[in-house]
Amino acid sequence: MFDDFLIRAALAGVGLSLATGPLGAFVVWRRMAYFGDATAHAAILGVALALATDLPITLGTLVVSAAMALTVAGLAARGWAMDTTLGVLAHSALAFGLVAVSFFPMVRTDLSAWLFGDILAVSKTELALVWAGGAVVAALIAWRWQALLTATLNEDLAHASGIHPGRERLVLVLALALTVAVALKVVGALLIAAMLIIPAAAARGIARSPEAMALGAVAIGATASLAGLRLSLWQDTPAGPSIIVAAAAVFVLAAGFGRMRRQG
Amino acid sequence: MTGAGPDPLIQARRLCLRYGGAEVLHDVSLALHPGEIVTIVGPNGSGKSTLLRALLGILAPAEGQVTRAPGLRIGYVPQRLMIDRTMPITLRRFLSLPHRVTEAEAQEALAKVGLAGQGGLQMAALSGGQMQRALLARALLARPQVLMLDEPTQGLDQPGEAAFYRLIEAVRAETGCAVLMVSHDLHVVMAASDRVICLNGHVCCEGTPQVVSSAPEYRAMFGLGTQGTLALYRHEHDHDHAGPADHHHHHHDHSHDHSHSHGDTHSHGQDPHHV
Repeated sequence: MFDDFLIRAALAGVGLSLATGPLGAFVVWRRMAYFGDATAHAAILGVALALATDLPITLGTLVVSAAMALTVAGLAARGWAMDTTLGVLAHSALAFGLVAVSFFPMVRTDLSAWLFGDILAVSKTELALVWAGGAVVAALIAWRWQALLTATLNEDLAHASGIHPGRERLVLVLALALTVAVALKVVGALLIAAMLIIPAAAARGIARSPEAMALGAVAIGATASLAGLRLSLWQDTPAGPSIIVAAAAVFVLAAGFGRMRRQG
Repeated sequence: MTGAGPDPLIQARRLCLRYGGAEVLHDVSLALHPGEIVTIVGPNGSGKSTLLRALLGILAPAEGQVTRAPGLRIGYVPQRLMIDRTMPITLRRFLSLPHRVTEAEAQEALAKVGLAGQGGLQMAALSGGQMQRALLARALLARPQVLMLDEPTQGLDQPGEAAFYRLIEAVRAETGCAVLMVSHDLHVVMAASDRVICLNGHVCCEGTPQVVSSAPEYRAMFGLGTQGTLALYRHEHDHDHAGPADHHHHHHDHSHDHSHSHGDTHSHGQDPHHV
């Protein structure tokens, strides 16, 4: 069944949602949207690095994204003006990446695949990578769940309970870099942050517990992947952006549903 | 007080702390013994919260050291908890962070702080008073040997403050935990405080509430507001007190003080009221 490119694409979307669901919930709670952008944009630079050194693309993006995420986290810990710093880093990373890959002619012709993903061209190996990465991120977050939640609510509170907030932050940073590395093929560097934020924000409208929000984000991400693929087939639209369009539609529906329920 | 009795739960020796070059705490030493209630008072910027965070191990001192008894269980009630509206979490779920507690334990803790049956409320919807009680309930579930509270009554009205202090006193009586509290109010501290530490970058003076209120250092710093006395929230132990608090202005009503059961205040052989 993995021979069908559509099935591979559908499974890749679902596999990615395993990671983006719970991680996206933390990105929303901790207001790390821009942080996600900076890390994702650095992936293009990672592509250039991989091409220059003959490394696998996923490894190159993983290394550069992790370096970016650690840099940003380090600056945040030192109390830099984060909004501006992240803006500078996110956009420079993208610009540097685009300039760097322009030295590789074969990428130049296919740049949009890195920016917006190429889910319909996911190979069996790439599919396995997406699921492996998604499973690792989901397992990592599940393992640290209680500590992550406590540290997200209040770092002093976490500290008094014997949790190191810095260590939990590092868990999220590494999970983010790994997610970016495996998501690049699926939704592309420009839309990874959207895949993190929109399903989680949609789940917020209907969830009453942190667990429900994280699981809801997984379900919404998977649904949006399948619906986006259908839309792409039906209207011949680009697949990556179509998935985000579907997620945004779910967000609007969930927000409306949440409002209706609150008003009884 | 230091040095007497059992080993201290937490001890700070000659702490100095700096924030961005400026010295916030200078040469602060203190010890907290089992079962004691210690209140730290001081003006804004006097380093009260910084001291608490250093004792918790959140901030590393530039000089000096903090020692905590091995395996010490601390229940911490932060100054405030901002729950982001993007985080859906009920009070019941909050109590299970970071350690899951059983339904029975959660109900008991909620009942103790006067929030029985409120576990289904969303944290973001709690009022200021409910939030303080929720934080206290969570802290109690850790079965703390030390309860550390950072300006716990900030934002509460006077009856709310008095009720909260009664609650803390009841908790101490029941569990025998030590209490270290930072107070935002310079003139009103919990009457049950065994010691008051007056902080302004350094320890200005310390002792029983009565001793501190008569100390020249205290008067120099806060003397004007209530004619130099430290008013005390107390309640009688032999009958129920409906009112919010008793304010004792000691130098106006000296004999009244002796009618109270808090006899420990006189063991210091000082009469603070005729300075």
